[in-house]
Amino acid sequence: MTDMADTARHKGSLLVQDARTVKRNRAEARFKMYGIAAITIGMLMLAILLVTIIGRGAGAFQQTFITLDVPLLEDKLDKNGNRDLADIKKVSTFGYAPLMRTAFEEKVAAIGIETKLSGKDMANLLSKDAAATLRDFVLSDPSQIGQTVSFTFLAQSRVDGYLKDRVDRDNIANDKNISAEQLDLVDALIEAGSIEKKFNLSFITGADASDARPEAAGMGVSMIGSFFMMLVVLALALPIGVAASIYLEEFAPKNWITDIIEVNISNLAAVPSIVFGILGLAVFINYMHLPNSAPLVGGLVLTLMTLPTIIISTRASLKSVPPSIRDAALGVGASKMQSVFHHVLPLAAPGILTGTIIGLAQALGETAPLLLIGMVGFIASNPPDSIAEGLMSPNSAMPAQIYEWAKRADPAFYERAWGGIIILLVFLITMNAIAVLLRRRFERRW
Amino acid sequence: MSLTKLTASALTVAVFTASTAAARDQVQVAGSSTVLPYASIVAEAFGENFDFPTPVVESGGSSAGLKRFCEGVGENTIDIANASRQIKPAEVEVCAANGVSDIIEVRIGYDGIVFASDINGNAFEFTPVDWYRALSDKIVVDGAVVDNPYTTWDQVNPDFPAQPIQAFVPGTKHGTREVFEDQVILAGCEESGDFEVMKVALDDDKKAAEKACIALRTDGKSVDIDGDYTETLARIESNKDGIGVFGLAFYENNTNKLQVATMSGVVPSTESIAEGTYPVSRPLFFYIKKAHIGVIPGLQEFAEFFVADEIAGPDGPLAEYGLVSDPELSDTQDVVAEQKTIGTGS
Repeated sequence: MTDMADTARHKGSLLVQDARTVKRNRAEARFKMYGIAAITIGMLMLAILLVTIIGRGAGAFQQTFITLDVPLLEDKLDKNGNRDLADIKKVSTFGYAPLMRTAFEEKVAAIGIETKLSGKDMANLLSKDAAATLRDFVLSDPSQIGQTVSFTFLAQSRVDGYLKDRVDRDNIANDKNISAEQLDLVDALIEAGSIEKKFNLSFITGADASDARPEAAGMGVSMIGSFFMMLVVLALALPIGVAASIYLEEFAPKNWITDIIEVNISNLAAVPSIVFGILGLAVFINYMHLPNSAPLVGGLVLTLMTLPTIIISTRASLKSVPPSIRDAALGVGASKMQSVFHHVLPLAAPGILTGTIIGLAQALGETAPLLLIGMVGFIASNPPDSIAEGLMSPNSAMPAQIYEWAKRADPAFYERAWGGIIILLVFLITMNAIAVLLRRRFERRW
Repeated sequence: MSLTKLTASALTVAVFTASTAAARDQVQVAGSSTVLPYASIVAEAFGENFDFPTPVVESGGSSAGLKRFCEGVGENTIDIANASRQIKPAEVEVCAANGVSDIIEVRIGYDGIVFASDINGNAFEFTPVDWYRALSDKIVVDGAVVDNPYTTWDQVNPDFPAQPIQAFVPGTKHGTREVFEDQVILAGCEESGDFEVMKVALDDDKKAAEKACIALRTDGKSVDIDGDYTETLARIESNKDGIGVFGLAFYENNTNKLQVATMSGVVPSTESIAEGTYPVSRPLFFYIKKAHIGVIPGLQEFAEFFVADEIAGPDGPLAEYGLVSDPELSDTQDVVAEQKTIGTGS
């Protein structure tokens, strides 16, 4: 109990809270604190995640390049001298190695760098990809044989690591891919402006590369694989899912059969994705004889996985359309189907689209089912020429590519895995942002 | 609506024409994760230099790869299985039962198995006996077979530092595990004389004694890694006392994080393995389904390219990456060229 002296100290309200109110208010304040703490922890984790991802992955978008003038010697590339493409093709990428050595020796002599390195050791600074670049160039334009052409080649991963501070002189003692003398040469070439680090577009557009040349690996082809899978998912899951939900929600009688169906759809949504992978392997590949590693199969598997998500969100948005709309439509003489397709479905469309986009985003980030249908591995195919080829020829997917890189031995792949995560996140954020925008723009509240 | 209809029908048509017309035109490879880097290097070079598409190489372990290989013949099965060990008679039988009767075995070279720990940790000079004493489930102390009592390395061998025993060894689906068991644990068991004691204890049963030797302890001192070497590396980075089992090529790509232990006094390197002085090495193989040659375009060419001198020879890109090239490579080239299958004298 409070007496008059106590109340006199109050400057504001004269209301005196009793002990229980004080307790309740404290409980509320405590709950708010918990809430704020929970959000703060969440935001902090997100910040740590983003900082780690960007910090580790940003380097993948930059690559070290070496500029060289390569003499395309006729006696090495076209011994017959008749510029016959079939003859030139017989020179494999290994046949181009001497050109690189000569080019490097000339370059070092021209700049006037003193080095004890042999031509082979110097050429080792270049990526193994350089020979392939050179060969492609010569095959596409044989008339250049005999000329000296300036090329910008990728540098090998250790040189790239040196410019990105991943490799330093202290820890290369046991490294047989790079030596201190080679790093001296790299320093001299940086001085001369022949080695520089710049934006690497081929990381975004290129194909995977083998363990011998991490610097040449890119996400592009797996992005196309993901794109075709999403196309299949969209083309199948959206119509099937929407049709199923409309029937279940608007037409189907409510009895125990539909109840069982409903429970099973909810269950399917919770089934681990690897199960769909096993199913896909058994049905699509072993029984239906669709090809291994094809985005079509990946898309079919992901369709199975996405269907329940789409059905559940579609039914929810159909349910949220008030019955008065249906009644009004039926009242003016529309058939049941007309009322659904002319009135209910357009009103539910924003919710359906949102659910579909979120389902697609989920499918885009899925790796586990792809493991079993052969889409995880070294798949360095060329970008497909047609839709059919895109669906049927082997390809990987973005998350599978990231997983694959994270497994590989060379630390340069690790950086690329993080870089791949950045690209994947950009896609996911874009898709989710579109979903939010659509909802904001078109959603009607009743 | 008509646009959606158009897209949908176009897609259906595309799918059907593709599935009827498309015979698989690229080689499919799966198997050992140790062979994967080599196979992908070859696949990449093959795609560059030939008009065939780049083969698809999946990993998953030798046993998993051979299992898929033996599933049958046909376009939806793989053409080549990579393995870091030889195919077992039981697997050949499974293959034969599923119609995969003609298998060509190709040995591409040798690979060393190394023991490595954190770069800033203690240095070790192991012998097989040390590993057997540290990791086997049962060992012999004072003439009696007991559960492995050791917890630190100095108890195993007084020359070692008092570092807790923590080993990361490849899981049983890896071919590397078998080599580790045969050439390290079993060799150590025999060398230490424990093998004889165990044999006597087990009623002179040699097989049972071998099994008892290579059974690893399950009290958490030895951890099976079912993933790839990157997982082993990550375990060592988080547990500085850990010692992991790696392939030589993996170690050589991560020399700034790992220090390698000697085995019986020999430092592992491509040279010491080629000379035969480093004791823990094994051949790497790939297996070709003969029935697919001529059906899958480029299969024969890919196999020949794989074992060509410019690829698998001592100066080729595989040796550069860490493969110890096979001194009898020309024999292997003959096997591929003449398509000699297992059992017909290869």
